Amino acid sequence: MSVGAPRGLASSGQKPITEMLHPLSAAEEPLPPVPDVSDRGDKESGLTNGTPPVEASSPACTSLLINRLQLEENLEADARDLYISTETKDLFVTVDDPKKHVSTMETYITYRVSTKTTRVEFDLPEYCVRRRYQDFDWLRIKLEDSQPTHLIPPLPEKFVMKGVVDRFSEEFVETRMKALDKFLKRVADHPVLSFNPHLNSFLSVKDLNKRQGLALLTKVGESVKQVAGGYKLRARPPEFCAMGEYLDTFSQKLGTIDRIAQRILKEQSEYLTELRDYGSVYTSWAGSEDELRRPLEAVAGSVSTCCGAGDDLSENMSQDFLPVLREYVLYIESMKNVLRKRDQSQAEYEGRLEAAVLRRQEDKTPMPVEVEKCQDKVECFNADLKADWERWQSNKRQDFRQLLTGMADKNIHYYEKCQAAWESLVTLLQEKQSEDKGIETN
Amino acid sequence: MHTTWVSLSVYINFPPCKIPPLSTNKTLQMVEDGSTLLCRMEICVAEAEKRSGKNAMGMQETFSVYLVETRLTDSGPDGRNPAPDCLWRRYSEFELLRSYLMVTYPFVVAPPLPEKRAEFVWHKLSADNMDPDFVERRRVGLENFLLRVASHPVLSNNKILYHFLTEHGWREAVYDTGFQAKADSRIRALSATFRVRNPDKGFVEMKHYSDELQSHTSQLLRARARVADRLYGVYKVHGNYGRVFSEWSAIEKEMGDGLQSAGHHMDAYAASIDDILEEEEHYADQIKEYLSYAEALRTVCRKHELTQFELEVASQDLISKKQQREELATGIVRTFSLKGMTNKLFGQEAPVQREARLKVLEELITEGEDTVKEKTAECEEHVEGAWLEMQRFKEQKDKDLREALINYALMQISMCKKVPSSSTCSAS
Repeated sequence: MSVGAPRGLASSGQKPITEMLHPLSAAEEPLPPVPDVSDRGDKESGLTNGTPPVEASSPACTSLLINRLQLEENLEADARDLYISTETKDLFVTVDDPKKHVSTMETYITYRVSTKTTRVEFDLPEYCVRRRYQDFDWLRIKLEDSQPTHLIPPLPEKFVMKGVVDRFSEEFVETRMKALDKFLKRVADHPVLSFNPHLNSFLSVKDLNKRQGLALLTKVGESVKQVAGGYKLRARPPEFCAMGEYLDTFSQKLGTIDRIAQRILKEQSEYLTELRDYGSVYTSWAGSEDELRRPLEAVAGSVSTCCGAGDDLSENMSQDFLPVLREYVLYIESMKNVLRKRDQSQAEYEGRLEAAVLRRQEDKTPMPVEVEKCQDKVECFNADLKADWERWQSNKRQDFRQLLTGMADKNIHYYEKCQAAWESLVTLLQEKQSEDKGIETN
Repeated sequence: MHTTWVSLSVYINFPPCKIPPLSTNKTLQMVEDGSTLLCRMEICVAEAEKRSGKNAMGMQETFSVYLVETRLTDSGPDGRNPAPDCLWRRYSEFELLRSYLMVTYPFVVAPPLPEKRAEFVWHKLSADNMDPDFVERRRVGLENFLLRVASHPVLSNNKILYHFLTEHGWREAVYDTGFQAKADSRIRALSATFRVRNPDKGFVEMKHYSDELQSHTSQLLRARARVADRLYGVYKVHGNYGRVFSEWSAIEKEMGDGLQSAGHHMDAYAASIDDILEEEEHYADQIKEYLSYAEALRTVCRKHELTQFELEVASQDLISKKQQREELATGIVRTFSLKGMTNKLFGQEAPVQREARLKVLEELITEGEDTVKEKTAECEEHVEGAWLEMQRFKEQKDKDLREALINYALMQISMCKKVPSSSTCSAS
């Protein structure tokens, strides 16, 4: 395993990509500091970038170690959030620029994946490659397999009904691209996942030969791969029960919010249809009037502006709000899966322990190594999961804070636009009035 | 309910008390010397109350009554303003007054009454006549009606109007005028189909315009009701967010407060639509006034057609009678007639009989000439009066509707302003 992200270090805050200097440039900017977690030195010595991961003996459980080192246990949640966000970032990724590719066999979209980094694990400070959804899917599977104790962020839906959704519509591609960007950013921000060699390949290799991935992935499965060994967990520890309950309730609430949002969209669309109709009545009335023609047409104009603003609002809801909700539902499913895997590994450990204890009672056989390994695995899993949980919670808070304030902003803009339309109408009508009054008095 | 002495300056523009004479016609000049009832008297419909009583068929019914308050503006001999007079009137009494005025002044575009029953209702709005909001809006509408009538150069001087405003015994007075009979025949006549030979272009255009106005205002009212219905739906669905945010906040630690306040904001937002739409009803009422005005305008045009038609009929009748006389006198039959035919076949009648018939005919011709004179005068009077009225109506309509549109826009602006402030509170 690779080096974990440095923590507990003074940070001057995140730097935007444009301000990041090349490590070899003449600037005074110091290189990101080397982590001073000296305890781990001996364990990490044999590892360099790109080497095959885990030795079977003792998976370096970074979260566990970090937890032991972490001195401040009781950070306030908000401060913690801030803390996490101002970690020294040295890996920046972006997904943009969708392009359609037409070949004889198929048509598909690729996205540009840009990377800027100062990490030594990468050969170059910048990369630019093109990837398609399949590639992201490959990456995710590889991450899941190689880091089973960690929560892997979700991808947007893989399959779309060909008849129902246009896979090449601007809207769909845009939404998907944003989700892929988020996925990659989440992975890049993760203290453990971001050092995964598969991520490295994904970001740097020109032609992602997926079979190459298989070669890298040696016997990962052995120590950490889950055995569907029929081990049944007796009792989930309370902290993980709480997690499970939270996830269930949260998922339910998100589902309800999704349904309400969809209903609002429907009602809004019907409202806008009637409103357009209403505006056109003013226009046709204006046709039979002379003095009132301009005022009536102006009212029709304001109504029309409001319709436009309403359309924008609806679009925002379906493009920005709903996808995030749905993504979190997927995220929750991922998290639940990880919890189940954790349960499995605990069940395995307990099962083996029981068997070993029985055998020792019978014929004094010492505790096999496997049992200890299982125990380590469980502890490691628990620690990783807890760390990831905290991180997930913090990201969730940020994401939803952003989402809700974003929606509130959009709503405010909608009303501001409408207000402006009506205010200009009042000005117009009152102008005409004072004009007329002036004529009268003359 | 408060007394509002000048409640309608926002919605209606009343002509200033001194208006210059608008015509040279002597009869009309008399009433257009610039003073209307409203200059001498303050009028308002201050309150509404529920009453119960037995109706014409002896059945118990509930109805609303409206308090009409009047006060003379001229101070009395002691220099103090006189005390206000007041009495209670039912909606049906207002209807009676309007009906009387329409029959008595057929060239006037009659000011509208508020609707008898709630129409163009959107889903949640009550169609119940006893609903307090409906009664309140009706009160305002009745006041508008009285103020318009009392500031009209022609209508305001009517004695029956004065009785309506000040005396309990006005019903007897109005029935004594015998207008009821006229009203019935008028309705019949106006609804009959007849064709005018030489229609007045101006009136034809006006009638066409009144049809347009009627069509557009009713279209607008229907469309507005549908929009209100939909908007109500949008706002109310947001209320569902309130509950789910509240439930969600229960499982969150750090986000809990933020979610709770977001939930409260959603509830407040959903609740705000009731007041917004109630206020919009005032705009709808103003449009309804002009729907009614359009009908009244059309009636004036129809009345003109009727008088024109009657004149044409009378003229035609006179011409044919004169022709008959000529034929009888000279014995020369110019046009085919059955009488002429029978004469030819069976011989002419005796001179004595012919004399008798001539005499009758002369009488009829004299009568006919009077009728024609009468109808011509009626027609001319109606044309002149109506033409002035229609100009006046047009000016008032332009002003009123522009005010209505401004107020509608102001309403929309205040509605837009309500939302962002509460939204930013919860977002932080």
